[in-house]
Amino acid sequence: MTTAGAQPFVEQYGALKGALPGVGLPWLAELREAGLARFASLGLPTPRDESWKYTNLRPLEKVAFGTPNGEAVSIDRLPSLLPAGASENRLVFVNGHYRADLSTLKSLREGVEIGSLAAGLERSPETVAEYLGQIAPAGGAAGEQPGEQPLLALNTALSGDGLMLRLGRGAKVKTPIEVIFIGAATEQALAYHPRNLIVLEPESQAVVIEHHVSLGGGATFANSATEIELGDGALLHHYKMQAEGPETFHVSTVHARVGRDAHYDSFGMSLGSRLSRNEVSVRLNGQGANCHLNGAYMVRGKQHCDTTTLVEHLVPRTSCREVFKGVLDDEARAVFQGRIVVHPDAQQSDGHQLSKAMLLSERAEIDIKPELEIYADDVKCSHGATAGDLDHEALFYLRSRGLPEGPARRLLIEAFLTESIEAIAAEDLCPAFLASIADWLKT
Amino acid sequence: MLEIKNLHVTVEDKEILKGIDLTIMPGEIHAVMGPNGSGKSTLAYIMTGREGYEVTEGEVLYQGRDLLAMAPEERAAEGVFLAFQYPVEIPGVPNTTFLKEAVNAQRRHRGEDELDAMQFLKVVRQKVKELGIADEMLKRAVNVGFSGGEKKRNEMLQMALLEPRLAVLDETDSGLDIDALKAVADGVNALRAPDRSMLVITHYQRLLDHIVPDKVHVLAGGRIVRSGGKDLARELERTGYAEFATVAA
Ligand SMILES: Nc1ncnc2c1ncn2[C@@H]1O[C@H](COP(=O)(O)OP(=O)(O)O)[C@@H](O)[C@H]1O
Ligand SMILES: [Mg+2]
Repeated sequence: MTTAGAQPFVEQYGALKGALPGVGLPWLAELREAGLARFASLGLPTPRDESWKYTNLRPLEKVAFGTPNGEAVSIDRLPSLLPAGASENRLVFVNGHYRADLSTLKSLREGVEIGSLAAGLERSPETVAEYLGQIAPAGGAAGEQPGEQPLLALNTALSGDGLMLRLGRGAKVKTPIEVIFIGAATEQALAYHPRNLIVLEPESQAVVIEHHVSLGGGATFANSATEIELGDGALLHHYKMQAEGPETFHVSTVHARVGRDAHYDSFGMSLGSRLSRNEVSVRLNGQGANCHLNGAYMVRGKQHCDTTTLVEHLVPRTSCREVFKGVLDDEARAVFQGRIVVHPDAQQSDGHQLSKAMLLSERAEIDIKPELEIYADDVKCSHGATAGDLDHEALFYLRSRGLPEGPARRLLIEAFLTESIEAIAAEDLCPAFLASIADWLKT
Repeated sequence: MLEIKNLHVTVEDKEILKGIDLTIMPGEIHAVMGPNGSGKSTLAYIMTGREGYEVTEGEVLYQGRDLLAMAPEERAAEGVFLAFQYPVEIPGVPNTTFLKEAVNAQRRHRGEDELDAMQFLKVVRQKVKELGIADEMLKRAVNVGFSGGEKKRNEMLQMALLEPRLAVLDETDSGLDIDALKAVADGVNALRAPDRSMLVITHYQRLLDHIVPDKVHVLAGGRIVRSGGKDLARELERTGYAEFATVAA
């Protein structure tokens, strides 16, 4: 039986399936069908689902989303987070369609595969088959725990295009790979489902920057899914800026597997969308695997921003640091759900999690749910959360030196958020992130 | 410069200042001494506009204007400066940024041109040198990880940059070694001018060996129980505050 909220998407699948990337590949059709079946039976998440207790998708159900056609949109000026010349590889997707005319790929060589997933499916479908839907199982793949991620299942069914990055052993791409996702809608609301696959073979390194923006001011629903495989000793810096328009819904599901001594470093900045959810699951499954899951968000009005993380320590000596900082004004709401699971074999796991929220208005709210599940005895794990107003003492100190209240408040908020930017390894990226904070404070 | 008349101040329904009268003329330095808990910091905060203090009676005139009606930033821009007894730490805000914002906010208020980064750096370098402050204190976040002495020197740096008309120093000497104390005193003495007044709050007489006040007041139990010339400080050093406990009660 298909639930009411799910029905329109199921119908979309029927209409779209002949035009989706990789059409004609039987294994992919099977994957999509399984995703669809799973989504149809689960339906859109509701607050009755444990992991969606604080984020209600009802507003999403009320919008009639059509299916987009990316080719028709003309783009005059590309938004970039990087100074000119800082990136040699840029991929642009409009409403989930790859735009070769706007993209630049310069680093292609033996062992360096950068392109769209659709192209990857044509060039080397067997490589894609090895990973797609395997790192993030959404269709009940054999022997895998499917997980209650209906929106991932929906993405699997309707997967549009996205980044495919594959680096062979030891390959290093020094400059950031910039991936720009543009949602372009006007009167007709549009839904699209970007799908990214990142495979770094042992000892390879890359920096990936995702930039999500809107054009046209219409309602969009970007339901993206990203699978990441990091081989032994691989290093991925994964940055994201979500600055979509005020009428949009943005849901992102990331699954990463981190091998021995590999490092997954992620930082996301979220300031757009009426409703956004970033859900990241990391499996630390090689000794010495390490991850940083960091983020910052700035929300106001009636914006809703959900951060949900799951870190699984599966083997001995793995570590993870999570720091999420947010500023909420007006009636904005944030959710932070952070789950850490230390499996029985995972001795000497080191997992720390921190959520810090600054509530600038009495009506702003944050729901925080940390969950530590520890089945090993020799571990260091902690979680912490703070939520509060600006530091009054600091505010008075600044005012007593002549700063008017407004600028003094802005300085303190900026300082609070800037700390999280300082950890970004891609220096070229910092000015854009800092500017986004300053801009947000100005409006 | 400053006229405090019959000032009564309540904190959380408890009367802390019970009728203070104090007049400071331009160019004068007054010292306020007194035991812990006598209301010295309360007096300092009331002049800078910290929240939580209620004036139940009396008034404070600064250059003939009602000081208590002004917002903290307005008081600052008009030349009132408080060197905090406990300077506040502000993580994430570099000291230089803070100093520059403060200087320029005050300049804007007075209708003066702001200093650009180069101009500001030149001024701040000069002051830093005069006060014997390490350059790296400018790069660190405001007061974060500063030692007690560094915090107090940073207050003096702010005072030197902001060039107030009325400076209130709240126990700037406590916890300082003799070198730091001298540096603070030098900073204060360098600012002495016919149109600048200071109110130096201290628990000990030793600071007043270096900053010679025109008048000394003893604050005890929320009242000024005695006023005199600079010799009063020496006398207090010998006798302590014990006798005033009874006077105040
Ligand atoms: N914010 C406050 N809340 C409650 N009591 C306070 C507060 N500030 C000062 N007091 C009380 O007021 C009295 C005077 O304090 P203070 O002005 O700090 O004295 P001093 O600086 O002379 O040591 C003390 O009894 C102190 O406990
Ligand atoms: Mg005090």
